[in-house]
Amino acid sequence: MRRLTKLSAVAAVAALALAGCGSSDSGGSDGGSDKPAASKDVCKTAKGDGPKIGLAYDVGGRGDQSFNDSAYVGLKKAVEEFDGSCVEGEASDGEPESAREDRLRNMADSGATAIVGVGFAYSDSVNAVAPDYPKVNFAIVDGFDPDTKPNDNVAYLTFAANEGSYLVGVAAAEKTKTGTIGFVGGVHNDLIKGFEAGYVAGAKAAKPDIKVDVAYIQESDLKGFGDPAGGKAAATGEFDKGADVVYHASGASGSGVFDAAVEAGDGKWAIGVDSDQYLTATTAQKAHILTSALKRVDVATYDFIKTVNDGKPATSYTTYDLKNDGVGYATSGGFIDDIKSDIDGYKAKIVSGEIKVPTKP
Amino acid sequence: MKSFNPRAIGLALLGPAIAIVASVLVTTLVIAAVGSSPGDFWSTMFDFPKPRSRVDIINQTAMIYTAAVAAAIGFRMGLFNIGLEGQYTLASYAAAAFAGGAYLSGFANVFVSLLIAIAVGAAWSAIAGILKTTRGVSEVISTIMLNSIAITLVGYLLNKYGVHEGNTVHTTRIDLVSGWTPFENRDGEIWTLVIIAILAGVGFWVLLNKTRFGFDLRASGQSETVAKASGVNPHRMIITAMALSGGVAGLIWMPALFGKATNFGLGTTFQAGLGFLGIAVALLGRNRPIGMLFGALLFAYLSVKSNDLTFATDVSPSIVQITQGVAVLAVVVAYEVVRRWRARLEQRVVSQELGTATEATA
Repeated sequence: MRRLTKLSAVAAVAALALAGCGSSDSGGSDGGSDKPAASKDVCKTAKGDGPKIGLAYDVGGRGDQSFNDSAYVGLKKAVEEFDGSCVEGEASDGEPESAREDRLRNMADSGATAIVGVGFAYSDSVNAVAPDYPKVNFAIVDGFDPDTKPNDNVAYLTFAANEGSYLVGVAAAEKTKTGTIGFVGGVHNDLIKGFEAGYVAGAKAAKPDIKVDVAYIQESDLKGFGDPAGGKAAATGEFDKGADVVYHASGASGSGVFDAAVEAGDGKWAIGVDSDQYLTATTAQKAHILTSALKRVDVATYDFIKTVNDGKPATSYTTYDLKNDGVGYATSGGFIDDIKSDIDGYKAKIVSGEIKVPTKP
Repeated sequence: MKSFNPRAIGLALLGPAIAIVASVLVTTLVIAAVGSSPGDFWSTMFDFPKPRSRVDIINQTAMIYTAAVAAAIGFRMGLFNIGLEGQYTLASYAAAAFAGGAYLSGFANVFVSLLIAIAVGAAWSAIAGILKTTRGVSEVISTIMLNSIAITLVGYLLNKYGVHEGNTVHTTRIDLVSGWTPFENRDGEIWTLVIIAILAGVGFWVLLNKTRFGFDLRASGQSETVAKASGVNPHRMIITAMALSGGVAGLIWMPALFGKATNFGLGTTFQAGLGFLGIAVALLGRNRPIGMLFGALLFAYLSVKSNDLTFATDVSPSIVQITQGVAVLAVVVAYEVVRRWRARLEQRVVSQELGTATEATA
């Protein structure tokens, strides 16, 4: 009995400790540079008289080099431009609904007038909190209204991520030499399926006989967005099966996909997601990042704060798509300069409505 | 043995006290080492919780406590059920899906949903019990694997049969059971089904101390051979204990489902991780009903209050996981130290009494 207790204590502590590691890993694959960035955080220094902005991050928080960091970029720009101030809050893995509500209420109570929830997980909590603070304006990235009662102080910022994915699908199809390309999704949910659908459609449009290998790191466990080892395993499997371009939509797991491309050697490419990931990649990875599908969470965040600052706060749904440059693709590294005109041709057709990009695979 | 001797009570409290001091020390050192201010951290953490945080702490305590009871049932029998996580995920999904189907109305719907949660949790857990008794597979291994299978299975079922809304997928929304609002409406309510935790705690105590089954359970946990000699069927005990543990685990998230969540959605409404917290709290509370209550309260307090950290300090909320982890580790060490110390004290008392007794007879 006593030995069992000791054994189980070690296991339980390991479980807690590993949970801790998991969230800090997803907080930044380069923990070293994460910390100074956080202390240089604009919210620690900005004390302007402009609007006070609350930014509630999704799991992973600052330092994921993708989704959350992109929201921060928009926040920083807004705070500097409008001479405002801000408060930030970070979600932890496996937190209850009440924790998200508490975070939003803390922000509203501390005087924030514009509050942005990053990620669809905030949809229910904003819906519960917003009616209690009629003078505060809320926005949810990727969010939706869960009931039929409209909220006149909530903006839902959605993205046509399938359109950006379509363009990198075209890029992948035009660059592949083997005729096989890959896709790595973080979690097999509806959001990520939209990325897959656009990517596959774009690739087939550019090269009808192309083979697309699709893999998801997790079926439903959100750990799939913070699992670089899982991303690497999935991408390596696709490279081994003959793919030479792999697109990932897996948040912080993407660094593993980039590593897999590096190990697969010359002529093997990875495509980044959300942010221009060429800019934050390591030197070794840079040579393998073909392009990135951009999801301009920074633009959406900034735009929303601007409307609040202008006294005409955005409400209801705003879709960011190719038409308003809310999604797109990155050209850093110059690897796709030769096919840029082709991609822009597809882009024009999507904008004009000639091509309808599917949202479901 | 259970006399109210002040020294015995003092000794019983010494273990947890040492553990808490140790976890406070380690947390302070870690915060100082990364260059943040431990003073800010502790003043934020010890700041009396806001009304809504008090409500959250009570609700969270109830769920963590139920998880701890589920873990303790296994521990007392010598079974390490790490599968709580998978058991309550699958059970919560099944119960939410049934409740959302609205085959029954009102109270009957809630009651039958709870029964389904118990049944699914028990059945999933019994798989590990059967594997252990028939194939000799360690329950530690099988329950870890069953965790992965459960969460993947739930994701598959949700994708296939769930309601797709926005970017999420969840079970059909249900009507909530209204709870008790101790403060203003916006501060939230204490869920009605928090009562599950109380029933689980009392039931656990009665089961262990007042029933034949409880005696068999403890006997099997302490010595399998003795239990076998006294007529306990070990195979049946293992399967029953696993099923019982899983059945209680099935209830873990039920207060939240009917009190607040209205649906089961992975990554949105469903709160993952309670199973692992339950294991830690069972260790912290030494598998005793009252001890685990304090453990659950401590863990709930730390988790809820950690949300304030990002506002008042630059310490990450994840730091409380270190505090929780060290508390669990320290409590095991501290109990061992206290146990040895107590044994030595008792020996001295006995030898003194024997000495005086011999003098008296002489």
